[in-house]
Amino acid sequence: MSGRFSWKKTSAEAQLLLIGIPVFLWTMIPVYHLFLFAISSKDSATSGRLWPKEPTLQNFGIVFREQHFYLNHFWLQLLNSVVIAVTVAVLTLFIATCAAFAISRLKLVGGRTVMNLALFTYFIPAAFLAVPMYKTMSVYGLLNSQWALILAMVTIASPYGIWVLKQASDKLPWELDEAARIDGASPLQLFRLVYVPLMMPSLVAVGTYSLLLAWNEYLYAFLLLSKDTDVTLAVALGNFLSADDSPWELLMATGFIYALPPAAIYYAFKRYMVSGLTAGAVKS
Amino acid sequence: MSAVVAAPAPAVRPLSPWAFWGRMLVLPYLVVFLVFVLYPVFYGLWLARHPSSYERLFEDPIFLRTAINTVIFIVVAINLKMMVALGLSGFFVQKRWWISVLSVIFIIPWAVPSIPTILSVRFMLNPEWGVINSLIFRLTGLDGPNWLNDPTLALGFSMLMHVWKSLPFWTLILVAGRLAIPVEQYEAASVDGATRWQKFRFITWPAMRSLYLTSTILSMIWTLGDFNSVYLLTGGGPADLTHVLATLGIRYLRLDQVDLSMAAIVVSLPLVLPLVYFMMKRLSK
Repeated sequence: MSGRFSWKKTSAEAQLLLIGIPVFLWTMIPVYHLFLFAISSKDSATSGRLWPKEPTLQNFGIVFREQHFYLNHFWLQLLNSVVIAVTVAVLTLFIATCAAFAISRLKLVGGRTVMNLALFTYFIPAAFLAVPMYKTMSVYGLLNSQWALILAMVTIASPYGIWVLKQASDKLPWELDEAARIDGASPLQLFRLVYVPLMMPSLVAVGTYSLLLAWNEYLYAFLLLSKDTDVTLAVALGNFLSADDSPWELLMATGFIYALPPAAIYYAFKRYMVSGLTAGAVKS
Repeated sequence: MSAVVAAPAPAVRPLSPWAFWGRMLVLPYLVVFLVFVLYPVFYGLWLARHPSSYERLFEDPIFLRTAINTVIFIVVAINLKMMVALGLSGFFVQKRWWISVLSVIFIIPWAVPSIPTILSVRFMLNPEWGVINSLIFRLTGLDGPNWLNDPTLALGFSMLMHVWKSLPFWTLILVAGRLAIPVEQYEAASVDGATRWQKFRFITWPAMRSLYLTSTILSMIWTLGDFNSVYLLTGGGPADLTHVLATLGIRYLRLDQVDLSMAAIVVSLPLVLPLVYFMMKRLSK
């Protein structure tokens, strides 16, 4: 608490601010612009003001009451997004946890090969797989079924899941497995009673990751689904682009609603996500 | 005991429950891999088997333009993003209360889905009603440019959109890398009177070089799959001049020319596969 004024200190703070302020503006301008439109009436939205003269929630009212051509199935599409994201998360967790357990704890013969196959899939750019995936789904007769999107997203999400879970799983002490084996536990008991409880933080990370991946997905959703009653909210938002005279203030309000749940989930599970993502993306 | 010894040796040794369950538990993933990765990949390659597809592809001026755009996108956007991320990681490790707050805000582009924010930027750039041209008109009385109608500007904004979206993630990765460097090294350097540049050059960079390289290559692979930044902002336009590989494949699919779409991907494989191989080597060590 010396409170002494020092030029050196002040200039260091000023330099930090010179970086911090542009970073803040760069990050917030698109987000704030979105928010501003969502709370502006149709006429005042394009006035170029920094805060609307009369902020209003009427756009949200129109969205919630489905009172526009583009929004006829808003609630159903929201439900589609939720159902698809949750199903993808559950299936990915199941598949990835089983595989990671088999590779890391049961020392499956050929586990390394399976891991390499998963890593290879993880590194295929998603847009490259989109066209063959589309053709394949049509061969399987799954096109325009929500299962097509669910299975495609599980395919994309599970390699990352297996990778993160295997990394975390290799760190568990081997003595645990030995103790369980000596006590006569079966592999499934070891899995259920020892492995899954100990892996909880990583399971949360992988579950959140796949949930958000599926919720946010646009390309696969708009390729694989077409009926207005089947599509997710992401596709519905993209459909606003089909006309030049789209109601942008409604688009922004819908987009705001669509962006809130993943942002909330991200921040709620940030602790798990960050460690999972940094471990999974890059092993230095 | 003797009964066990006397029993005839079974033709196939029964699996121990551990080996049995090992195989059972990996099965779901193997099924997913075979049905939704391996089959599509080979089906895709089979679709692109005719040499005539490649002839038509190379005769399409849009393909050439797309290839150039993709290279520009990868080289310029990724390097710009990674250099800024490296610099910002040095900013975000500073211990100030407001920098902690800012780091929470900074992650928003990564945490929210890309569609609403990309469409928000798209409308900011609208020549008639967008906020940018409104401001230009109010300040200068002149009409602003039609931003997305110029292929160079439109591709530039797509790249900025990509940087906006993924900069937080890579900054986070590099912050983790910086935090792993022992503070003592910097303290010792300070005692010896090292400048800020010298500290970066001789402490930070040697420690971060490998992470930086890996991140850059991974980001290149992933950016090849970035469909949204281009499609939702420019739609590949004007006049199909701002496509990248990810959006061109979908364009051909829409035109019912799947063989061209697969051929375009196959043509890029000699560049992509070495990067994938490098990453797999690196991660499966």
